Parts: sequence; structure tokens; C-alpha cells
Amino acid sequence: MDIYKIKKGLNVRLAGEAAPQLRDVKQAAEYALRPGDFCGITPKVLVKEGESVLVGTPLFVDKATEKVKFVAPVSGIVKSVERGERRKLLSIRIQPDSAQVSKSFDVTGYKTMEANTMKSLLLESGVFGFFRQRPYDVVPSPDVAPKSIFISAFSTMPLAADFNFVVQGQEEDFKEGVAALSRIAKVHVGVSPHQLNTNILPMNTSNVEVACFDGPNPVGNVGVQINRVDPINKGEVVWTLGAEEVLFVGRLMRTGKVDFTRKIAIAGSEVIEPRYAQVTIGHPLSELLEGEVKETNYNLRWINGNPLVGEKAGKGDFLGAHVTEVTVLPEGDDVHELFGWIMPRFHEYSTSRSYFSWLLGKKNYRLDCRVKGGRRHMIMSAEYERVFPMDIYVSYLIKAIITGDIDRQEALGIYEVAPEDFAVAEFICSSKLELQRIVREGLDILRKENS
Amino acid sequence: MIKKFFDTIRPHFQPGGKLQSFHSVFDGLETFALVPNTTSKTGVSIHDAIDSKRIMSFVVIALIPALLMGMYNIGFQNYKSAGVEATFFEMFFYGLIVTLPKIIVSYGVGLGIEFVVAQWKKEEIQEGFLVSGILIPMIVPVGTPLWMIGVAVAFAVIFAKEIYGGTGMNIFNPALVARAFLFFAWPTKMSGDSVWVSTESWFGLGRQLADGYTAATPLGQAANGQLIEASMTDMVTGLIPGSIGETSVIAIAIGAAVLLWTRIASWKIMLSVFAGGALVAALFDAFGAAENVSAHLGVCQHLFLGGFTFGAVFMATDPVTSARTEKGKFVYGFLIGALAITIRVLNPGYPEGMMLAILFMNMFAPLIDYCYVQSNINKRAKRMKQE
Repeated sequence: MDIYKIKKGLNVRLAGEAAPQLRDVKQAAEYALRPGDFCGITPKVLVKEGESVLVGTPLFVDKATEKVKFVAPVSGIVKSVERGERRKLLSIRIQPDSAQVSKSFDVTGYKTMEANTMKSLLLESGVFGFFRQRPYDVVPSPDVAPKSIFISAFSTMPLAADFNFVVQGQEEDFKEGVAALSRIAKVHVGVSPHQLNTNILPMNTSNVEVACFDGPNPVGNVGVQINRVDPINKGEVVWTLGAEEVLFVGRLMRTGKVDFTRKIAIAGSEVIEPRYAQVTIGHPLSELLEGEVKETNYNLRWINGNPLVGEKAGKGDFLGAHVTEVTVLPEGDDVHELFGWIMPRFHEYSTSRSYFSWLLGKKNYRLDCRVKGGRRHMIMSAEYERVFPMDIYVSYLIKAIITGDIDRQEALGIYEVAPEDFAVAEFICSSKLELQRIVREGLDILRKENS
Repeated sequence: MIKKFFDTIRPHFQPGGKLQSFHSVFDGLETFALVPNTTSKTGVSIHDAIDSKRIMSFVVIALIPALLMGMYNIGFQNYKSAGVEATFFEMFFYGLIVTLPKIIVSYGVGLGIEFVVAQWKKEEIQEGFLVSGILIPMIVPVGTPLWMIGVAVAFAVIFAKEIYGGTGMNIFNPALVARAFLFFAWPTKMSGDSVWVSTESWFGLGRQLADGYTAATPLGQAANGQLIEASMTDMVTGLIPGSIGETSVIAIAIGAAVLLWTRIASWKIMLSVFAGGALVAALFDAFGAAENVSAHLGVCQHLFLGGFTFGAVFMATDPVTSARTEKGKFVYGFLIGALAITIRVLNPGYPEGMMLAILFMNMFAPLIDYCYVQSNINKRAKRMKQE
């Protein structure tokens, strides 16, 4: 097994990490699947209000090919098809039955299946929708064969769910999932040094390669791992899949049924008892967090995901499809701090030594969501490069995206990156640029230009 | 309380209010007093507490030792030239009185322009000038008239910064552009022997010196083929004639420590400026023409004299105008050091080469970066061809 040591990066230590305990969550009154969670698709709705669906019944497909199906995570009755401006599909809401019924898929002989049969099975069952491809970080086109499939079996993001805990009791699902994927293309699994002696290894499959990555965040990002193992060139396509979504594949293979339940971490400084919860995707956040969050006289922010990559959620939002943790932090819009540019500010975290974080050792910080500065042009140099463990000139790439210079973006390696890879750089940016948004928009434009 | 104050006066500055045209000023002052509590909308929810305000403030802090030492030195030079004994405080306060108007003019003119531009472009006021505004008085001779400083600052802020798009977009270091503007517009006031010592008495402090009193900087002496009078100790502590902030190596070293520790300045640039300067100085010492005094100053004197240390620590490391690639920084710094000493030695018209060397390399920094970025691009292209 190859071991990659990576130095660049930054572990942000936040208070409120989830303890390895699992709590049960009652079935919610309503579940929702949001097309917005699946980047790069244009949904075409297949169900009507009032129709009853099983777990695994397609709710919408991608208009481009009509092959990629997105299926119901629960069985019940379609309560509403929510549309926004210009009839944009926002979500499909399902009122669940008390007894859950799943659609069955034919998985006979999955261990020896041909690549195309396996692909059709994944497309049919809705699991394919969870894949993402590089370039562009979007749902892949099923007609283009990938060079390889990359899976990162750990996350180094702050407050992220620990896959070691999540996978407990589901090791077989994980292994079977990886084995099934290896029928389609070569699978690369990235593990952390802590996972070397756990039950997810060894993988006794010929078309699977495991590599160990040791280093600070964002080493758990699959993009970093691809860049080290086998960087993507223009014209190549690599699929990626979240480790927890490999479990969906494994369950499908072993039972013939899809099961979209996850163990997600509920974490953050404002959570009373941070721990894990077993829920199905699309669960309403308000029901999930009920009684779990501190009563405060200041505003809180719910985040669908971790504080670096996750999306700010409203009170009526639902658990995102790719989300592995829900975090709650103080919003901070009611904090009034005097003379921040000169005060020592011991409670604030910074990688800059103009603060005292370097003195305070391994303190877990309770950070709020203020931007803590005004937007500027890029002033400091080599700031991003310090935490960006890929062989890419980050600030030059960002500038090429801002100026819309597509040739230069290509030359500087935009095909290798996804917005999440820029999260740490965005965190430390002293000019407070929204790097992830810039990269996302750049990728979207590039994809349009290239299609 | 301060928040309440801002809340009460805010309506006047909002669109439709009486003082609408001072919106950017209000905004600037508010963010100066209170950390803005806007929260992130997309992307990361949490942010590092560092921002450009704090970075710029720390550069100013790093400059303070050199500024204080410069003030003391102004008094010291004046009393020394008059041949009068004086206490430490008399010397210091004399220097303070002479320097303060320059700082006020520099900030007044520069920030005034910045406020107007920010208002016009409907942007926030950028804090870049906090640093330039203090740098400019520190790199001019003490005898520079205030109006010249004002004109130079206006020129630098408008033509070296704002026309490029403001802080972060400029090619040349604004403070050095101001210095260069002064140097070429009024050469007699910027060099020679009569501008380095303050000759007037203010508020009973200092002594009126005779008209036409001259005191050359050590480098000026060397350029004229004279031997340098100043001792090594004076050079290190900074008790020699020179621009206000540049003389004391110790004070600048304290500033350098602050900048390096906070990682605001790049150690790569700083180190390589000294390396480049030392190497070229050593070469000239070994092979230079015998009659050229500047060539035989030796490494230490070259590095300690004139604006070399000050430029290396505070000007070459300006993140905006220096090379932005990590390897490029070594090249950039090395060439600044080497060029500065070369100009000093080979061009008797310019006793000091640091200003020109840095401006010159500011111009070439993008080219250096281009080479390194291009090599990354080529590597990627090559990788593609192989497969």
C-alpha cells in the first residue's frame, strides 16, 4: 500500500465534536428530496402529487440523458412538488408510511456482473445519482466511461462525522460496495492512518487499490487524493463517491433493496450533547435538531454539512443528500466587538501569529459565522498555497476564473479541482474572498462552454 | 456605547440622508471601531479572524521602532551639528515636532484621496494606505518641505495605486513611487549634503543652524570618493544622517522580527535581498576598481548603510508588488539586493540604489512569476501528452 505524507493544510479545531454514540430518531412527518443537492442536473419530474411511492421509486430524472434517476428515500405519498421562480423544481416532499416498503432490484450475480449491467443497476436504483465526476464536480454522465473511481474513506473537515464510527457494523456493506464499483472501473480507496487496522481493510479485490493519506485537512478530500495518486488531465473523467454512499451500494448488492439511511454527526458548540443520529436523507432539520440545540438568546446557524463546506440552512430545510453531519454554530450577527484590528482577541482562532492561537495549543474553539473583515482584492501572496496540498497555483487559478480566461483555467488545472478543495483556503483568506462560490461558478461556465 | 453612537448617526449616512456623500467615511470609521458583524452567506461558515486591517496595523506597529528611533536621531543630528549638549527627551521631542507634520500631511492627503475614491466607486475604504502613509515620511530626508510630501503622496496614491484599481492591484509600491517622484522632481531637495539634518529651531527645541549647513550621509561621502566618518556602532544604532526611518538597523530589526513572526512579510524575500546584497558587495570588494570608495565599503557597511535594511524589510516584502510565487520570491529578493548595491557602486550620481532596485524589480516580479507558473503549466501539459 502506498503511503502519502502531506504537509500542507490546516486542521481547524472546533468545540462540539460528536461523541461516538448513536441516538435513534423518530420517523419524521415529511421527507424531501432536493434536486439542488445533485450538482449539474436539470430535473424532470416523474411523479404527481398524491401518488404513492416505494423506497427506490424514481421521483425525477436528469433531463440530459433521462438515465440518471433520483429515487424516493422513503415510501409513502407524494405530498407536494415544490417549485420556485420560473417553475424551478426545489424539492419533492413525501409523507412517509409507518411501515416502509422498498422496491426490489435484481442483483443476482452482482459479484461477477459486467460493467454495463452494474451501471444500469446503479442507475435504476437511484444510487448513481450520488456519484460525482471530476472535472466540474457534477453528477456524471453515464455514457462516458470513467478512468477510475475514487473514494475517500475519511474526512478531515472540522466537526465532520468520523467514518470509523459510521461504518461500525456495516463493514461488509462497505467492502461489497467497493467490490461492486470495481466491476465498473478501477477503484482507489483513500484511508487515514487510523483506519489501517480496522475492519474495512483488507480489500480482497483485484481491481481495488488502497492508499493511506497522512496529513492535515483537506487531506480527506478526494480531490487531494486524486491529485496525488493519478492527477486528472483534460479529457479524462474520474468518478468519486462519498464513503457513506458506498454503503448504499453495498446494501443494494447484499439485499437487492436501496436503503438511504445514514449515521450522521450532530455537532457544533451549540449542540447540547453532540453525537450521532441514524436518519434517512431528506429528514427535516427542525425535527432532527428538536431538543438537541441549546436555548440561547443569540442567533444560531444551522449548517447542512460541516462549517467549511456545508450550506447555511433555514429552519424549514431538510437533510441534504450528500450531507454526513449537521452542525450548529452561533451566527454572530449580534456580536459587537471593539477595535478588532488591534485587540488580542484570545477567543478567536487564526493561523496568523498576530493572534495568539499559536500559544493556546490544542484548544477547541467556539467560532461564530462572522466574516470578520471586509472583502478586498487579493493582497497577501502565498496564503492559499500554504493550505492547498495540490500541485496547483491556487491564486493564479482563482484569478483566471475571476477574469473568465478559460484557456488559462485549463492550463492551471481547473479540471482537477472541486469547490470543496478550496474550503480551507477560503477559511484563512485575509481578503475574505468567496473561493468556493468563485470555483463553482467557474466550473459551471466551463462546463457550458465545453458542452 | 460606541455601537449606540454609530447606530444613532447611521441614518444620516445612508442613501437619502444628509451626509450621504460621506458614506464611505462613516463606513470606514465604523469598521475601524467595531468588527463588522456581517455573516457569511455562501461558502465557509467560519472564518479565520485575520483581515487586511489587522495585517496593515501590524505593519504599522512594526514600523514604530524605526520611526521613534528616527525621531530621536533627528534631534541628535541637530544638536550634534550645533555642538550643543541636550537631554534624550529634548532630542526626541524635537524630532517628534519635526516629523509629526510630515506624517499628518501624508495621511491627510493620502486618506483624503482614498476616501473620495472609495465614495466614488461605492466601495469600502481600503486600508492599504495606512502603511504607505507612514512609510512615505520615513523614507524622505528630514529637510523635505511639507508641500512636496503632499504633492508626492497625491501623485503616488492616484497614479501608482488608484488607477490600477486600488490596494492589491498596483504594480509599484506606492511609497516608493512617492519617493521616486520627489527624487526626480526635486533632486536637490532629495539628495546632496544639505537635506539630511533639520536646521531649524521649533518651540525652543533644537538649534537654528547656519544657512548652508551641510552634513553628508555616509553613502553620499562614499559616492564622492571620501572615506566614511561614521563608526559601525553609529550605523547599527542609527545615529547617522539619513532619511528619517532608515538609519537604525536595530529598530528595523525589531520591525523585521514582528513581520517575520506574524508571517506578514516573507522571510524568503527578506533573506534573499540580504544574500544578494552581501554577495555583490563582496564581489565588488574583491574585484572593484581601487579608486571607487563605494566598491570597497565591505559587506556590513553596505548592508547597514542607507536604505538597504529598511528597503529589504519593509519595502521589498510588500506582498502586492513583490513576486507571488514561492520560488520566485527568492529570485526577486536576490535581484533587489544585487541591483541595489550595483547601482550604489557603479553609478556615482545615485549614492543610494535601493529605491530604484525595488521599483525595477516590482516591474519584473510578474515576469519572474510567469516563469514559475508557466513551468507548472508545462508540467501539466506534458503529463497529458504522456498518457
